[in-house]
Amino acid sequence: MKDSYLSDKQLAYAKLLDISVKSASLILVLFFVIYIFEATSPDIPLSELPHYWHLPLEEYLQQTNYNAGWSWLGLLSKSDFLNYIPLVLLAGISILCYIRIIPILAAKKDKWYIVIAIAEIAILILAASGVLT
Amino acid sequence: MNTKLPLILFWIVACLILLSGPLYGITENPSQLQQVSEESSSLPWWSYPIFLFIVTCLIGILAVLAGVGGGVLFVPIVSSFFPFHLDFVRGTGLFVAMSLSLSAGPRLLNKGLANLRLAMPIALATSIGAIAGAITSFSLPTKTIQTALGATIISVSLLMLIFKKTDIPKKERPGYLSKILEIGGIYHEDTKSIHIEWNVHRLGRSLVLFIGIGFIAGMFGLGAGWANVPMLNLFLGLPLKMAVATSVFTISVTSTSASWIYLNQGAVLPIILVPSIAGIMIGSRIGAKILPKASPVAIRYIVIVVLALAGVRSLLKGVGI
Repeated sequence: MKDSYLSDKQLAYAKLLDISVKSASLILVLFFVIYIFEATSPDIPLSELPHYWHLPLEEYLQQTNYNAGWSWLGLLSKSDFLNYIPLVLLAGISILCYIRIIPILAAKKDKWYIVIAIAEIAILILAASGVLT
Repeated sequence: MNTKLPLILFWIVACLILLSGPLYGITENPSQLQQVSEESSSLPWWSYPIFLFIVTCLIGILAVLAGVGGGVLFVPIVSSFFPFHLDFVRGTGLFVAMSLSLSAGPRLLNKGLANLRLAMPIALATSIGAIAGAITSFSLPTKTIQTALGATIISVSLLMLIFKKTDIPKKERPGYLSKILEIGGIYHEDTKSIHIEWNVHRLGRSLVLFIGIGFIAGMFGLGAGWANVPMLNLFLGLPLKMAVATSVFTISVTSTSASWIYLNQGAVLPIILVPSIAGIMIGSRIGAKILPKASPVAIRYIVIVVLALAGVRSLLKGVGI
């Protein structure tokens, strides 16, 4: 068996995961404080949110003129969309960690796991790209 | 403390459910709901994230004490008792499950409880399922999703009722696929100070089932611990602690894949998401602290009852009753 107790790739994955989660969580709290205290103006004023949050997604997108996908990148001056940055960072952590372990797998010529890691990265990038939606 | 804690938690949950009438706006009729929701501005907007924070904190405590993931409690409870649309609650549920599992991941990997070699093929299967589930969910009417969610949550509560865990399952010969992938090893059981040799069997067949588990997780925004743990423990023959830890780690990848779909669809509102993540993270830490003093069996039954009630409410909402 390849793993008697802990493998290099497992420890490398854990280390990168730890640093990334802590950084993304810190940014999440920071940007939410900016949002909640309206340090910069949001796209939808906070007091108007109760008019939107009960709507089905399609209706919400229509009424707020939000195009979804990656269009939020053009709206980063608005504090509500600023909060998308830490969310994207959180959702990107697993991709980073999988990329991190590929050289370790390659050095050990662990071909099946190289295939699995590449397939996972491809699937996650495909989901992130917005092509599937 | 042993006997009082479950009772206190039960009454807190009961009070929150009773108080949820004014929060939700009582009605489920969409036109009335809109009116009520707009009228509910008599409750200031900032009260909702505060209520949400308190409720998710409680969910975090219960989740740890009952040994279930936060997502499976979050989606039925918040969608039943808050005015937010199910689309946003499902999106938030995935981010909540993802954040919890990402934070727990490093410790579980470092201690050798979660096994990356086993988790990777499972995560690949659940990711495929979760993406398919998330995409499918956006093409279905809300009522269908709501009804199916109710039925799923009731099934989960039944599964929790009948699942008889096995701390260290009888070791069988490793299956063909696990031999090819060289899955197996030794982990140290701290409580008994022993090394346990483990392997898995029936991995090939289980991967098909994991695609199905991922599909349900992606469709309803649930974590997948409720199904992963029995699968890993009973079907694959993994020791219970490793099954729980490997499941938690796998959820970080499963939820990530589906959360991208929700994010790209726009089904994420920071005002719902951030207080929920903060609440459930703080709650799970409190839960971990009071765990040694609590009576896990009693709390498990409370969670089963809460899940069944939330499931029935979701089912009734879905069929328009």
